[in-house]
Amino acid sequence: MHGQCGLFFRTYAGEARIFPSRFLLVSMGLFGAVLCLAPLAMNNYLVSVLCLINIAVIGAVSLNLLTGFCGQISLGHGAFFGVGAYAAAYLASLGLPFLAVLPAAGLVTAAVGMFFGLPSLRLKGIYLAIATLAAQLILEYVFLHWDAVTGGSSGMAVDPPQVLGLAFDSDVKMFYLTLAVATLSVLCVRNIMRTRLGRAFVAIRDHHLSAEIVGVDLFAYKLRAFGISSFLAGAGGALWAYYTMYITPEQFGIGLSVSYLAMIIIGGLGSVLGGVFGAVFITVLPEFLNFVAQHAGALFTDISGALLAMKEGVFGLVLVLFLIFEPEGLAHRWRLVKAYWKLYPFAH
Amino acid sequence: MEYYLQLFISGLVVGSIYSLVALGFVIIYKATKVVNFAQGELVMVGAYVCFALTVQAHLPFLVAFFMTLAFSFILGIVIERLILRPMIGEPIISVIMVTIGLSSVLKSLVQLFWGTQIQVFPPVLPQEPVMIAGLPVAPVYLAAFALSVILFLIFSAFFKYSRLGISMRATAFDQQAAASMGIGIKNIFALSWCIAAMVSSIGGVILGNINGINAQLGHLGLKVFPAVILGGLDSLFGAALGGLIVGVLENVCDGAAKEFFGLGGFKDVAAFILLVVILMIKPYGLFGAREIERV
Repeated sequence: MHGQCGLFFRTYAGEARIFPSRFLLVSMGLFGAVLCLAPLAMNNYLVSVLCLINIAVIGAVSLNLLTGFCGQISLGHGAFFGVGAYAAAYLASLGLPFLAVLPAAGLVTAAVGMFFGLPSLRLKGIYLAIATLAAQLILEYVFLHWDAVTGGSSGMAVDPPQVLGLAFDSDVKMFYLTLAVATLSVLCVRNIMRTRLGRAFVAIRDHHLSAEIVGVDLFAYKLRAFGISSFLAGAGGALWAYYTMYITPEQFGIGLSVSYLAMIIIGGLGSVLGGVFGAVFITVLPEFLNFVAQHAGALFTDISGALLAMKEGVFGLVLVLFLIFEPEGLAHRWRLVKAYWKLYPFAH
Repeated sequence: MEYYLQLFISGLVVGSIYSLVALGFVIIYKATKVVNFAQGELVMVGAYVCFALTVQAHLPFLVAFFMTLAFSFILGIVIERLILRPMIGEPIISVIMVTIGLSSVLKSLVQLFWGTQIQVFPPVLPQEPVMIAGLPVAPVYLAAFALSVILFLIFSAFFKYSRLGISMRATAFDQQAAASMGIGIKNIFALSWCIAAMVSSIGGVILGNINGINAQLGHLGLKVFPAVILGGLDSLFGAALGGLIVGVLENVCDGAAKEFFGLGGFKDVAAFILLVVILMIKPYGLFGAREIERV
């Protein structure tokens, strides 16, 4: 494996490239190709898990933009995701085509997200977290009680999306669609972080006073962070609505917000790759527990029920253990692994 | 009118339980600057332990009650030592998430041991309602209210006059100065978790006597946020008053929304609308220290 031991960029452009080395470009291309071929070798269940991962990646990466890069804690991301899902379901029921619904749902969610981001003008840290918690509960109430638009507690049905006459009506087809949107979101966030906008976000996170002194308009940039992040969350929510084909208010409860936060913490705050890792981890964890519960149930009949009840507990335990023992997340561990191979056989 | 008076009174009772839970929240926040999202789950655990001791182990209620307090004390120590102490110095979002993780663990432990169906406490107090101002009020409501007031007075006195209470206040005010005066900061942290777990479990036992208990009891913890933000995150009196106001407000608003707009379930959201309004107008609350920087 080539590459120098350490960071030796000679130009600013070189440092800012998405793929700093040709090796990385080639390996990412290979990874993409493997992903695209994966459904051929998988059963429907595994493909559906992949779809869920793709949708979770969109949500996690967008939350990481807001919380990880800009430092604005949001406990309402699940509700923003839900706004996107409901907006998509409503617009689709009006007969709009998928390609119009997806950005429109994003825009609606961006408007809602920026409205609930308004308190960030005056609040930060714990107060902002509690304000977004209030946003979550208020939006949940709206989902449940604005019957005319959301269908109330009985929910809404959504038809599979159609793009240029092609219907995405199976898990495999949805996989390609969600993969495309997820890839676009990841590239979008990665690119934002290479621009002036992204550096302003990081400056706000690291020290808001210094950021203001060097000329970052705090309020404008925080609102932009809320706007972009909820736009992406809304697009993710729209895909979720199309994928599950039936949405109800309880899908977008506080548990969803917590699991998105868990994704970015377990993956790594302030790292695009971390958001992806966390999304994969948190989506696969319950499926893995189901698998264990089924197989343990074959051996000891009474344990599987208890294991299923323990799912939430395992989720909490994993979260606590990660925070205590691996506070910088999987992305940090990945960097250590890469450094190990780069430096091998020397330890430092 | 009588309808609203009735709502007001039941709001006061629920509010007094919010006050207890908020009291625990504020004690933790004051001493350790940790925002505890697992406060509602501490209520639930206390209620279930007391339930197990009275109904399943057939102990007399008072014995069970004090054993529950002892259990909560130990639970507080264990939580602080195992989960919160490694988080000292970590960013605020990690501390929030660790308490959220703790809440899921506690919830699933309760479900594992006691299932999800509603359990009912055997009645401890007489059932016949007492007449107050022409309205029937159940004795358990009165007891709940009285108990919260007594506990609030005890804690006020504890923080004002006892040596331990004063050292807790000193720690809250300036950790380094307190440590250099010989106060064991770590013990103070543990103690604040113990007290919080104990007051929460008292709230749980009262609630169990009123409504029965189920695994959704933890949701009560969310109501703590409007209460403490209204009162000020670091004010005991604010927590007590905020709890009462939130309890009354959500009951009365719920009744009004039902009567005038036919809206159901407004109870769940009224407190949070209030919360957003307070945060916009007066983010440090009615009695909180004004230490938030304007951003």
